[in-house]
Amino acid sequence: MAYVEHAETEVLHEPKSFFTRYIWSQDHKVIAIQYSLTAISVGLVALVLSGLMRMQIGFPGSLGFMDASTYYQAMTMHGMIMVIYLLTALFLGGFGNYLIPLMVGARDMVFPYVNMLSFWFYLLSVLVLLSSFFVPGGPTGAGWTLYPPQSITRGTPGTEWGIVLMLVSLAIFIVAATMGGLNYVTTVLQARTRGMTLFRMPLSVWGIFMASILALLAFPALFVSAVMMLFDKLLGTSFFMPAVISMGQQLAHQGGSPILFQHLFWFFGHPEVYIVALPAFGLVSDLISTHARKNIFGYRMMVWAIIAIGVLSFVVWAHHMYVSGMNPYFGFFFAATTLIIAVPTALKVYNWVLTLWHGDIHLTVPMLFALAFIVTFLVGGLTGLFLGNVIVDIPLSDTYFVVAHFHMVMGVAPILVVFGSIYHWFPKVTGRLLNDTLGKLHFWITFLGTYCIYFPMHYLGLLGMPRRYYAWQNYDFIPQSAQQLNAFITVVALTVGVCQLLFLFNLAWSAFKGRPAGPNPWGAASLEWQTPDTPPVHGNWGAELPVVHRWAYDYSVPGIEQDFVPQTVSAQELEQMRQRDAEARIAGERP
Amino acid sequence: MNGPLLKNTESAGAGGSWSQPPAEGLDRAKAAKVGLRVFLGVVTSLFLLFLLAFIARSQMADWQPLTEPLAPLASARQLWLNTFLLVLGSISLQWARLAARRGALNGASLGFTLGGVFAIAFLGGQLWVWKQFVDWGYFVSTNPANSFFYLLTGVHGLHLLGGLVAWGRVGARFLRRVPLSQLQPSVELCAIYWHYLLGLWIVLFALLTSTPETYQAIAAFCGLR
Repeated sequence: MAYVEHAETEVLHEPKSFFTRYIWSQDHKVIAIQYSLTAISVGLVALVLSGLMRMQIGFPGSLGFMDASTYYQAMTMHGMIMVIYLLTALFLGGFGNYLIPLMVGARDMVFPYVNMLSFWFYLLSVLVLLSSFFVPGGPTGAGWTLYPPQSITRGTPGTEWGIVLMLVSLAIFIVAATMGGLNYVTTVLQARTRGMTLFRMPLSVWGIFMASILALLAFPALFVSAVMMLFDKLLGTSFFMPAVISMGQQLAHQGGSPILFQHLFWFFGHPEVYIVALPAFGLVSDLISTHARKNIFGYRMMVWAIIAIGVLSFVVWAHHMYVSGMNPYFGFFFAATTLIIAVPTALKVYNWVLTLWHGDIHLTVPMLFALAFIVTFLVGGLTGLFLGNVIVDIPLSDTYFVVAHFHMVMGVAPILVVFGSIYHWFPKVTGRLLNDTLGKLHFWITFLGTYCIYFPMHYLGLLGMPRRYYAWQNYDFIPQSAQQLNAFITVVALTVGVCQLLFLFNLAWSAFKGRPAGPNPWGAASLEWQTPDTPPVHGNWGAELPVVHRWAYDYSVPGIEQDFVPQTVSAQELEQMRQRDAEARIAGERP
Repeated sequence: MNGPLLKNTESAGAGGSWSQPPAEGLDRAKAAKVGLRVFLGVVTSLFLLFLLAFIARSQMADWQPLTEPLAPLASARQLWLNTFLLVLGSISLQWARLAARRGALNGASLGFTLGGVFAIAFLGGQLWVWKQFVDWGYFVSTNPANSFFYLLTGVHGLHLLGGLVAWGRVGARFLRRVPLSQLQPSVELCAIYWHYLLGLWIVLFALLTSTPETYQAIAAFCGLR
């Protein structure tokens, strides 16, 4: 049946020049690449900052310029960039933009102009953030949580300019994320092609869709706290600032509630964990299913788990505040919700493992990263069970155990999915495969390296080594062996950091010189691999939109020779394929 | 939830879905309406969090209510007038929306114009209240109650200002004599947004002019005391 749109083609802005095609572009694929490159670039800044911090921790005093202030500034910027400007932007702005329209069979996002603005606001927020390195006093050193009163009180680095630029940059980022999120949600709800029911969407789309909803509802909390803190800083209000005596002087503030800021911040901050994790869950489900040549186990359970995790993520925030002081019943409540969220999460892990079970596992580079994700996420998740309990959290709070936990669960685990997904979808974006040998080298150094970095940190945390300290000399309770372990961690961290150059080289080289991939190098069933052109051209689908007849996971269907059935194959076509294969078998042409 | 939605097997015919994927291509007007509704969800979240912060902060000892006998909100006459203007704006736009559906150009353009004019008048009235606050010495940092008054009315005003930008763009298309049938979806969106901001303002108005006892009751209800 012919399926031609009328109203749609007129508003699909056809690019007319180089400028509108690649820079001021409204095409979701170009915007996705712009988002990704910006995010990766700013992520490299954060990576270098972590290297500088590790030098100070592993070899104290080895960097001449590294004083306590610089250390705190590096720490703050590292955390904020990695969580917000790299991971959030890359998963939603990068993968969300590229994959949603292709996976649901749309020609573009629903609001292409808003989508373009989203990227330019994001770029502006990054530039404002980076500009704080060059202002008097430098960037803020308040820690990525920006707790008042210290974040805007003299004595903390960057209280003149740095904190203002940080808050303004966050506000701009939130505007960008909101514009993007509106697009992702509306596109999923309104622009799916014929036959693409919600329960036929790939889990990647489900994960990104739910994460976008979380972002839309949770980022306002950060916006509220940023605006109110800007008022406190610039207009002298006392939303968060209590009466403080600073440097012997009574400040003008009084009566404000720092705890109120913590509640607002974490009401954003915890959903933020899942804004990063849910897209990773979705993407990795598709990687595992495709490369194990097996349908995802318990598809609907996976979808409901994504939804349940999204909902629950709004009622666990105060587990970040056990030591801030709260009503004991609140602590009990938040510990309970935190442990409950482990149920849908564990369900997902079981389903990934069951998908692998009896699968035809291809150990491609994307699959290696996906498998590494499962174990890393498991390790990070299990330490979360420790920290979710009030009574265990209190002694472990603010130690390296916490550092190890959150780096494993929302640093390493999502970034492994980012790498795996880039290796997986790079052929669709560029038409060329990434180099396999370099990819495997990159994988093993990164995977084993991160374990060497973060596993020992659990032990350091149990020893009582506090996080956020600039130097550990002259503390009796920290044994000398801890310092040797720190030096070891630093050496590995620098190795892993440098190893990322392999990946960057691979990206740049393969984009131009890589092996041509063809339209569907992995034999994947989902819609984005069925585009008429690779890389997909403007408008994605040629004259007619595809019609979807099945879910995205028909791998190794019995009786069919080809081990995947694309979503566009109808029941009649499948029957024909089955008959043809049966006849071929009878004729003895095939075993 | 309907049946086909829950099916991913081949028994679900192509096209069976939650929101019925468009039979004749993407319905722009409907998509824009959904987009606006999602956006209003974001604004709701934003203001809900502002108001929770407001309630939490109001329980601190240094809070000086604006409704005390000698404070600027002891008489809310000006705010009532502003509210009335905003109600008129909403009614005008609703009128424009219904006229546009009927295809009545004159009614639509008159209602649409009035909707914007009343919104501008509302903003003028709000600024006048701000000026009154300043004249009486109620500056933004003098007391948290003042800070919140400026913050909440300011953020609400900015949202209305954003709506006026959209209103101006649609108005320009009215002036260029774009056929009413093409303008009708935009008029709908403006009307929805105006109604929303009216509802939001009524909540803000009610809360800002409430007594400390009310705040206390809400705070107790939310577990903030």
